[in-house]
Amino acid sequence: MDFELMQKVFPFFLEAAWTTILLSVLTAILGLTCGTLGAAARLSRFRSLRFIGAAYVSVFRGTPALIQLFILYFGGPQIGIQLDAFQAGVIGLGINAGAYMTETIRGAIIAVDSGQREAARTLGLSNWQATYKVILPQAARLMVRPLGVNLNMLIKATALVAAISVIELTYTAQRYIGSTYKPFEMFLLAGILYMIILYATGRAVAWVDRKVQIT
Amino acid sequence: MTEQTHFVDIRHAQKSFGSLEVLKDISLTVERGQIVGIIGSSGSGKSTLLRAINDLDPLTGGEVWLDGVQVNKTLPHRQYEKHINAMRQQVGMVFQHFNLFPHMTARQNVTMAPMMLKGLSQEAADKLAEEQLDKVGMLERIDYYPSQLSGGQKQRVAIARALAMEPKLMLFDEATSALDPELVEEVNMVMKKLAEEHMTMIIVTHEMDFAASVCDRVLFMDKGVVVEEGPPEVLFRNPSKDRTREFLRKHLEGAK
Ligand SMILES: Nc1ncnc2c1ncn2[C@@H]1O[C@H](COP(=O)(O)OP(=O)(O)O)[C@@H](O)[C@H]1O
Ligand SMILES: [Mg+2]
Repeated sequence: MDFELMQKVFPFFLEAAWTTILLSVLTAILGLTCGTLGAAARLSRFRSLRFIGAAYVSVFRGTPALIQLFILYFGGPQIGIQLDAFQAGVIGLGINAGAYMTETIRGAIIAVDSGQREAARTLGLSNWQATYKVILPQAARLMVRPLGVNLNMLIKATALVAAISVIELTYTAQRYIGSTYKPFEMFLLAGILYMIILYATGRAVAWVDRKVQIT
Repeated sequence: MTEQTHFVDIRHAQKSFGSLEVLKDISLTVERGQIVGIIGSSGSGKSTLLRAINDLDPLTGGEVWLDGVQVNKTLPHRQYEKHINAMRQQVGMVFQHFNLFPHMTARQNVTMAPMMLKGLSQEAADKLAEEQLDKVGMLERIDYYPSQLSGGQKQRVAIARALAMEPKLMLFDEATSALDPELVEEVNMVMKKLAEEHMTMIIVTHEMDFAASVCDRVLFMDKGVVVEEGPPEVLFRNPSKDRTREFLRKHLEGAK
């Protein structure tokens, strides 16, 4: 193994790792937003909104994220959507992650005992008051861990944007293989950096999970 | 509305879940300060009737009136929501499984609705919580979470939570059925205290002795109809219907 080479390219990989992290954070924010809206739609009392929510989930979970990225980035200009690779990456992955998070958030909300909403409504709270005072605080506790799983998947999915030339970890590894012919070292280095990011994220999720539990 | 004279007036209540008819033309009136017990075997529709009173399980036919106002009005969604929230504030409900909010302390369980719905300040709400929790003997545990309380204690907090809204009617749906036998009495004591204060109450219960001691009137329900009703001493000692006798006999055997 060529440690010297690994050391030499390390700063560039580190920089690429920051791009991966930035990509992940922005994707997670967009994913959570889409997931919250998606869950609200799926739980709406309006049939049309429920339909839209369900369609969103089945379309974006039912096709490869890579195809979604390609359609957005390469197909977009054809229908008047001009995005640079990074923007397309964030938007494509964010909307995709949102479909998974929709199901996570919805699942946590419906897992709260129905007697909770009844008790709140019986006191005279409106449906919305019951939702945000009684249901959501309990659902939030239930959704931290599964959202952590979504987050883990999402971070790994950022590797896909190498295919549309965003200069993140995977793309950087590929680029250095072109000049060094050392795929083992380059991918290993990328893999180690991914592992560090995922490990730190996992710890953060576990910490949040402990913080939100009752007593 | 002028013909309305009873405090609670249930007229020809009918309820179906799909093809299953759970309430079959039930009419029932309760006057202010009265305590009415409802007994009957499991699945006879007691909970459904109770839950229809605050429209938690909306009737498929018939009317529910409370203090001169129809509860189950047909209104456009927004107006209905406004109306029903106002009605429900006047009706306290206690559930078999307590349904305390697990992420709130006893104090927060009690203060949440008055603060949100009546705009009470934190201080006023705290005072109210202390008062109500004292009344049910739970003042010492005011800052405990439900998970730190026994079943009987939880149910007493749940009663305090309902009372904090100053309801004019209290509904109890088998408030002691989920409790260990030794914890039943502390909850019954609280209900007796309310009876002494002339709170209007409708109590679904499996405890005949308790019903006999607090209720002015007891209804026996079976398969979605009120088979028989009367003062407890008549209904329990001298029922006129075979089905009532049969139920009481079986129940007494079961209790032994
Ligand atoms: N939400 C519901 N959907 C369908 N059936 C229900 C529902 N709630 C109650 N039932 C049925 O209605 C009948 C009466 O139930 P309930 O009022 O809970 O009886 P009780 O309180 O006397 O035991 C039962 O057969 C029960 O299965
Ligand atoms: Mg019942």
